[in-house]
Amino acid sequence: MKLTLKIWRQAGPEKSGSFETHELDGVSEDSSFLEMLDQLNEQLLADGKEPIAFDHDCREGICGTCSLTINGHPHGPENSTTSCQLHMRKFKDGETLTIEPFRARAFPLVRDLVVDRSAFDRITQAGGYITVRTGSAPDGNAIPIPKPDSDSAMDAAACIGCGACVASCKNASAMLFTAAKAGHLNMLPQGQAEKDKRTLDMVSAMDDAGFGNCRNYGECSAACPKDISLDFIAKLNRDHAKANLKKLLS
Amino acid sequence: MFSTSLGKKYLMALTGIVLIGFVFVHMAGNLQILAGQEQINKYAHDLQSLPWFVLWGSRIFLLACVILHAWTAFALVSENRKARPRPNEVEVTKKAGWSSLYMGLTGTILLSFIVFHLLHFTIRLIFPEYNELKTTVGSPDDSEIQDVYKMVLAGFRLEGVSVFYVVSMFLLCRHLSHGVSSVFQSLGIRSESWRGRLEVASEAYAWLVFIGFSIVPVAVLAQESGIFSLFDAAVFSSASLLP
Repeated sequence: MKLTLKIWRQAGPEKSGSFETHELDGVSEDSSFLEMLDQLNEQLLADGKEPIAFDHDCREGICGTCSLTINGHPHGPENSTTSCQLHMRKFKDGETLTIEPFRARAFPLVRDLVVDRSAFDRITQAGGYITVRTGSAPDGNAIPIPKPDSDSAMDAAACIGCGACVASCKNASAMLFTAAKAGHLNMLPQGQAEKDKRTLDMVSAMDDAGFGNCRNYGECSAACPKDISLDFIAKLNRDHAKANLKKLLS
Repeated sequence: MFSTSLGKKYLMALTGIVLIGFVFVHMAGNLQILAGQEQINKYAHDLQSLPWFVLWGSRIFLLACVILHAWTAFALVSENRKARPRPNEVEVTKKAGWSSLYMGLTGTILLSFIVFHLLHFTIRLIFPEYNELKTTVGSPDDSEIQDVYKMVLAGFRLEGVSVFYVVSMFLLCRHLSHGVSSVFQSLGIRSESWRGRLEVASEAYAWLVFIGFSIVPVAVLAQESGIFSLFDAAVFSSASLLP
């Protein structure tokens, strides 16, 4: 395959950035999107140029490190796929691809396509702990949890924290991420003790990080490589309202 | 509570509920014009004759909801702009529809419509001549009351005004289509199994409101062009801008 790649280049957080166009020939249809970028970097190195910085780690769709907006879609146009699991056969020979970093004020750019997503870590940290007995392993059936509840909590816990929800949102809202992270604990009996505090603290950490507000577009869920449902946002709204009312009345 | 991002969304939803309810009552009130001059004049007179604290209480409450709804929207939008200073080079959507993307635009036009509408038919500053349209038809005691029937006919016989009203109601329809379903999401009373049903219900409500409000200006224009006649021919022909 032969591709024209329009890629965002920016030397550092304080530098100004712009798009740079590269031609890349001999791309295998079986290579992943990141392997295609590796190939481009090899070519740049051979030409004595600076390679393009991009984030990657596990390359098997579970770490949430890759962060590319491809033709306007975080992780590319395919549904339920991370950039590393996106194959070049999904694109056409001769196509022009625009590759940009995840754009949000809360995700400051580090270099080229790499952004700093530690705002997500701060939201997760704000969620705090759950009260459980430590020490020897607890009895597996000591706390009865209905199957639908554990399934639903697992659906929320599938969030890999990649930030595609923020990147796909016109308002750079982190509601889907926060909802998934708060939701998987708020849904289980083990998460009940700290539920209200967790909900209020996580939302406040989300606001402090400078993310935008949810407009119920549904873009986040559509872009999510793990198909996290908008229901978790509804649940976060509900839990937050309840926690606030309780705080007000206490 | 209302200072957080979610709190502002609750405020949007709660004021939205009031306004969603209000447009329905307003629409049902308007449609009484189809029952004739006596009915609509009587209805309007009854509303105006409510005890002052009920009348002004409701007016101030509704106005407060509109202002709060618009002000919160403004606050949310300015935060959203700050949150994403640079848009994508390629802006695409997978799911977001026209009505959800342009809530701010439709809302702003609706706000200007509300101001125009109040100046047009309620405060009657645009055409002060409307104040002189008095009649005893529909009056409880043969005293002269405002001839709302004639005023509405006179108002909508102006093509430009009717078109502006119908276009605004279409924008209201789009605003409601996203707004009604968002109320459930923002207040957290929606689940996956209900999502589809709630979306159909809000779309249906939006179109109901559009049709309900547009019938009157469309019927006036239709009578004006001689397509069909729903209104009293004598009153219609005498209802022009200058009484």
